[in-house]
Amino acid sequence: MGIISSGFHGKRRTGNPALPPGQYETPSFPVLTAGPAPYIARADWEFFITTETGQRRAWSWDELLALPQVDIRTDIHCVTSWSKLGTSWRGVSLDTLFADVETTSEFTTAHSYGGYTTNVPLQDLLDGQAWVAWQFDGEPLERAHGGPARLLIPHLYFWKSAKWINGIELMPHDVPGFWESNGYHIYGDPWREERYS
Amino acid sequence: MSTLWRVAEVIRGVPETESSRTIGLRVDGLNGNLAGQHIDIRLTADDGYTAVRSYSVATAGMDELLEITVDELANGEVSPYLVRDLMVGDQLEIRGPVGGWFVWLPTDPNPVQLIAGGSGIVPLMSMIRAHEASVNPSQFRLLYSLKSPEAGFYREELLTLNQGSPKLTVDYVYTRKVPEGWPMAPKRLTAETLLASILPADMAPDIFICGQTMFVETVTVWMVQAGYPAASIKTERFGGTGGTR
Repeated sequence: MGIISSGFHGKRRTGNPALPPGQYETPSFPVLTAGPAPYIARADWEFFITTETGQRRAWSWDELLALPQVDIRTDIHCVTSWSKLGTSWRGVSLDTLFADVETTSEFTTAHSYGGYTTNVPLQDLLDGQAWVAWQFDGEPLERAHGGPARLLIPHLYFWKSAKWINGIELMPHDVPGFWESNGYHIYGDPWREERYS
Repeated sequence: MSTLWRVAEVIRGVPETESSRTIGLRVDGLNGNLAGQHIDIRLTADDGYTAVRSYSVATAGMDELLEITVDELANGEVSPYLVRDLMVGDQLEIRGPVGGWFVWLPTDPNPVQLIAGGSGIVPLMSMIRAHEASVNPSQFRLLYSLKSPEAGFYREELLTLNQGSPKLTVDYVYTRKVPEGWPMAPKRLTAETLLASILPADMAPDIFICGQTMFVETVTVWMVQAGYPAASIKTERFGGTGGTR
């Protein structure tokens, strides 16, 4: 144990076993973005997956909505120490989107409208762990929170859940994305408190 | 950058406003910080309970000293202790400085427009201080949106710099109460006032905006609509969205 601040008592909001180390629960939904939130009309929106062989699959907004939709209830954990428990989302599982994609790559880079990128190992996107989410709490996802659609990878710190998602590029190597090049951890597991590099 | 927890000693504690305090820290082994970075502070209660929060660094030194300015949040967990109870000579733990995006480097060649809402001034002040301490000749302009004159941080220093520095211009917007003799009534920042108070887009400034989420969101939308390239705008936000989503 480190330094004791004897006058400090705190609010004991971290006794909850759903909270990873160093996190506190917040009822609000803070917004953290590196720059302006881009505008993307649904008519112009698409989601792509590209592979190392040049194969490219893409879905328009209507095509995305025509795929099987799933409801997700999950906790989310931001690297800035807030966690929001029991959030409700609706979207398309990446298992569905990757169903016909053939690849030997083990890594991916997620690309967002506006230029944001983040790197995620492929195995963290599959097996019911990640979604393209377009609804939050039963309402269309607000632009400030990544609308029309964002990635949802709740088992990693939330900067991996790229807002304004545009597509996923399969990568032969793990290439640091935006925050990963700016001091944040390459993987970002909240339960191991992988905040910074 | 260090991501280990280190001991910091409180060497200074000066009220900045009625609800905020600037805290000077000495951190063994610290080798300065970049202008705009933040640190994490960890407080440990006597039964081992800990709480961690991030605070922007207000200074941009190259040694073992740094300062933060903490605004007390109503119902906050950590900020009331830092503003009201922490004493000179106390120790606490810090991690960082952290961050490589919302930073200004003395080698950056472009003019800089800073836009602060309330306590969002803190990381921007770090940039102003780094700029003033450097030989970088680029033009800095700060737009500081405040509820009232009394809510301003670093008032004397900004006043002195605004009058004396050839490299910095400071503009104020008061949203609820103006200083005596101020030519305008208090009002919310508008797009018109904003655009009249910042470096024009054709000067291609680097833009740093920091404040509460709604402030940052509103200002960035106006600036993008006015033709400032989105890629030139860096933002940092604090606080929730004001709602539960």
